[in-house]
Formats: sequence, C-alpha cells, structure tokens
Amino acid sequence: MGYTITEKLLMKACKKTEIKTGELIKVNLDMVLGNDITTPVAIAELEKKGIDRIFDKDKISIVLDHFTPNKDIKSATQSAKCRTFAKRHAITHFYDVGRMGIEHALLPEQGIVKPGDVIIGADSHTCTYGAIAAFSTGVGSTDMAMGMACGKTWLRVPAQIKVVLKGKLAPFVSGKDLILHLIGMIGVDGALYKTLEFCGEGVSSLSMDDRFTVCNMAVECGAKNGIFPFDEITEEYLKERVAGYTVFSSDADAFYEKTIEIDLAKLRPTVAFPHLPSNVRTLPCKETVKADQVLIGSCTNGRLSDIEKACAILKGRKVADGVRLIVTPATQKIYLECVKRGLCEIIVEAGGVVSTPTCGACLGGHMGILASKEVCISSTNRNFVGRMGAIDSEIYLASPEVCAASAVLGRLASPEEL
Amino acid sequence: MGKVYKFADNVDTDVIIPARYLNQSSVEHLASHCMEDADATFASKVKKGDFIVAGENFGCGSSREHAPIAIKGCGVEAVIAKSFARIFYRNAINIGLAIVVCPDCGEINEGDELTFDASSGAISDLTTSKTYQGDTFPPFIKNIIDKGGLLNCLEDFSD
Repeated sequence: MGYTITEKLLMKACKKTEIKTGELIKVNLDMVLGNDITTPVAIAELEKKGIDRIFDKDKISIVLDHFTPNKDIKSATQSAKCRTFAKRHAITHFYDVGRMGIEHALLPEQGIVKPGDVIIGADSHTCTYGAIAAFSTGVGSTDMAMGMACGKTWLRVPAQIKVVLKGKLAPFVSGKDLILHLIGMIGVDGALYKTLEFCGEGVSSLSMDDRFTVCNMAVECGAKNGIFPFDEITEEYLKERVAGYTVFSSDADAFYEKTIEIDLAKLRPTVAFPHLPSNVRTLPCKETVKADQVLIGSCTNGRLSDIEKACAILKGRKVADGVRLIVTPATQKIYLECVKRGLCEIIVEAGGVVSTPTCGACLGGHMGILASKEVCISSTNRNFVGRMGAIDSEIYLASPEVCAASAVLGRLASPEEL
Repeated sequence: MGKVYKFADNVDTDVIIPARYLNQSSVEHLASHCMEDADATFASKVKKGDFIVAGENFGCGSSREHAPIAIKGCGVEAVIAKSFARIFYRNAINIGLAIVVCPDCGEINEGDELTFDASSGAISDLTTSKTYQGDTFPPFIKNIIDKGGLLNCLEDFSD
C-alpha cells in the first residue's frame, strides 16, 4: 500500500518509513508562524517557563497583521511585545507595518514557505500553504511556543479524503465557489481532523490564487490540512520566489477513507448565508439581501487576481447609495500592484475605499465593524454570529466578483445580473 | 460536583471569546468575557467546578488559545462534547483544560449536577442518576496532561 502526499510529508518530518492513520507522532518543523494576537500568548508561555531560546531564527515567522496598524493602546502593547521578542532573537521573517501583509498571502508571496515543508502556524488559516504542496496546519499559541523553542510539535496522522475535480470553472465562478460548495456538501465538521487532498484533471484549470483560497478554507469544514499536487502552475508561481525544494506526490495505491467528486463546470456563484460557512446557496437566489457593507480582502480573497476580477466589474460603475465598499489588498506588494495597474483608481472612482493590508474587518477587529442588524457581503472566510461586529449583524460569504456586483447593485447579486 | 451549562453544535471560538477582547490576553480579562456572544450572562453566573456540555464540533473556527484560556479561567471543571474541533482540542490539552468526548452527552440537561472522574472518564449525572462514559486519552496525550501542559514536556521532544 502506498502513501498520500500528506502522509509522505509527515513521514519525512517524523523520520519514519511507515505511519498509520490515527498514530500520534512528533514532527520536525520547517516553519513556525504567529501573528500579533497569538504570538504574545506564546511569548508569555515561554517566559513563564523561563525558556529564552529559539530553535532557528530563519524558521520562525512573526507577522503583525490582525490589529495593525494598531487600533488602540492595548493592541499596540501586544505588537510591541512581538517586536521586542523578534529583535532580541533576531527573527529573520518579522513583518511590521510597511512591510507586512496578511500572513497567509505574505508567506507564499515572499517565498518563505515551499513545497515539501511541514509548517504550523498559530492561526487557523495556516492550512493555506497546502496550495503549494506543503503540509501546513493551524495550531494554538502553546504549540507555537513549543515550536519556537525546539522546532517540533505533535500531530495525529490524519485520515485522507480525496476530492477529485473534473471540468473547468464557468465565467464568474472561482476557487471561492468551489470551496463553499464543498463545505456545503460535507458540513462544517465534514472533514474533522482529516486531510482534503484535491486532485484530478480539473486541478490544472485552477490558478494558484484559486488554490490558495480553496486550501485556506479547508479549516472551515474542520480539516487538518488541504493540499494540492505540485504541477506546472505551482512551478511557475515559485520560479521567482524560492529555489531548492522537494516535491512529494501521492502514490496511485494510496488509501483514502473517502472520495468526493466535483464537476467544476457545474458550479455556480455560491454564497454562504449566516451564520455558518456550510449554509450555502447558489445565485441567483430568491431572497433579496440588502447590503450595508461589502468587504473584498482577507487571507482568503485579498490577492491580486481577486482585486483585478472585482475591478473588472467595478470599472465605470458606482457603488450603490447606502453601501460601504472596503477593499483590502492582502500585502504591500499587492497594494503597490493595485496602484500601478490603476485598480485603486477604479475602486475610488466607484466610491469605495482601499485599506492598508490588515485582517482587521474580517475578524471584527477594526477597519469595518458592523452595527446592529447590518449586513455585510464579504469575500472573507467566516460568517459566525458576531464575527464582524454586533451579534445581530449578518455576514454573507462570497467570491470577490459576487462582492463587487453586490456593491454596485446594493444587494446580494451575481455578476451576471449586471 | 458542578452545574451544567449547555450549548449547541458548532460553538465557535468567536462566540467563546469575541475578537473585540483579543487586544489583551490576561486570564482575568478573557474569563470575564467568556461565552459572551452565546450567553451574555455566562461569565457572571458560572462557578468553579461547573461544566460546559455541548454538541458536535465544539471550538471550531479561529485558533485563538484565548478560548480555552477563558473557559479554564472561569473555573470550568471540564468541557464535555460530542466532538471537538481539532485546534481547540489540542489547545485545551496543551494548556491543561480538561475536555471529554462523550457521544451520549446530549442527554445531559442544562442545570444538572455532575461529577467527573478524569482518570476513568466516568461522568455521573446526579440529577438524573445516569452515568456516561467519556473517552480517555491515549498515553501520548495523557503524558502532556499529567505533566501540566505541553511546555513541561520539552525534554520529551528533544532527540
């Protein structure tokens, strides 16, 4: 019996020649990540135990992206703790305002993570890097502390689910619609503790940005990791960013607990209604959902192609009266490209705002909080009760294109309606 | 012995501790807002030794360790659920918050008085006189719990 790509990555990391599903293993880490919310808790844990060493200054990333630029004194104090720690330990991959971006867009963009890596991050969306054929999973602050101290963590070998993709996406349908469709099929705990491995001929029609979006939201159905095979598209993406990596691939006779098939051509623009990412419907839908705010950004959908697609819809049009459009390029590099390509101009001309890179509004931190009963159509990843503000506000999760069309029409809408 | 506070399926870490409180991380601060968006009165009424009993996928969503820290800080003896989201599960183990997987815990009612034996996984509902068996941990995880959290196991992880 062969092994899957995930199992092979874990075998490499625990230096074993065979592993079994459910087995608890100690693994060596290639990267340990934290942000301005989770890192201070990890630092405090290390201090409490009197641990003042790190395993490798090049294998730790600290990105100040959640409450930054800092929204108040308390969050500024949290950032200051991270800054002091990073400086004292000469952490190579420390990203502060002006250089930072949303962590899960930033790390692949900067070539900090690569195929073959085993990565943990104290942020649930760390599963994003499966898009470049790495094993990557979200953990907590104590795991981050342990990872920083000794370069290791413990993992349970996950059961494997194969998601076979066929066909090609229709216009106005993207990776976001694919992952929302899948979460709708299997539920918010449909892949609990398990791997979602995407494969099949349909993979070659998905861009890197689509793959990042899909892996990013694997956690929204409980998965430990999402992963794509390495192909020409991955290779092209990595060409200018990183060299010297190892490519792993699944054996033909690897064991999967379950196989799910999805025909990409049949997918429609898909929206998750409040208050779970699994509560999905396709557009057009019969309900009229009036929008107060539209958010395009986040680690899920704040990449250049996301903003380009949104701007193709916004160009020459106006945001509807009574709607606040907020666009958040995920990194400084993406921001600069948006300026150079005239995308910022399109957004501003349409009546929207372009924000600095930040996770802010997505998690109800700052830069776009919702009042009571307000509705946000959002390209982000979670629509839980109170996630973006008041507990009786509502979030509808959708692709950047659906968000842009909704901003223009003032209600939840498909781009086809324009 | 403690009282049961009952919650539904898919309790996410945003309702356990909303992001608006994550600009600081002291235990007292987090505990004072525990479960606020699911039950605004929870933090003021929960007492040391009480229990949270919930459905499937408890602790889903954000990886914030502030969530189990808030629950532990309130004095909750254990969280008993049909299943846990994986990051919450490992965070609880790593910080020493007792968690118990018990598929039949849906029968336990809000307000029941419970006792829980961590070593055997036995749960006794004194109000209904029923007993339930919670899953016990494999030795690897039990070692982390017995040592009082992950960072006390640093030596076990050195080659």
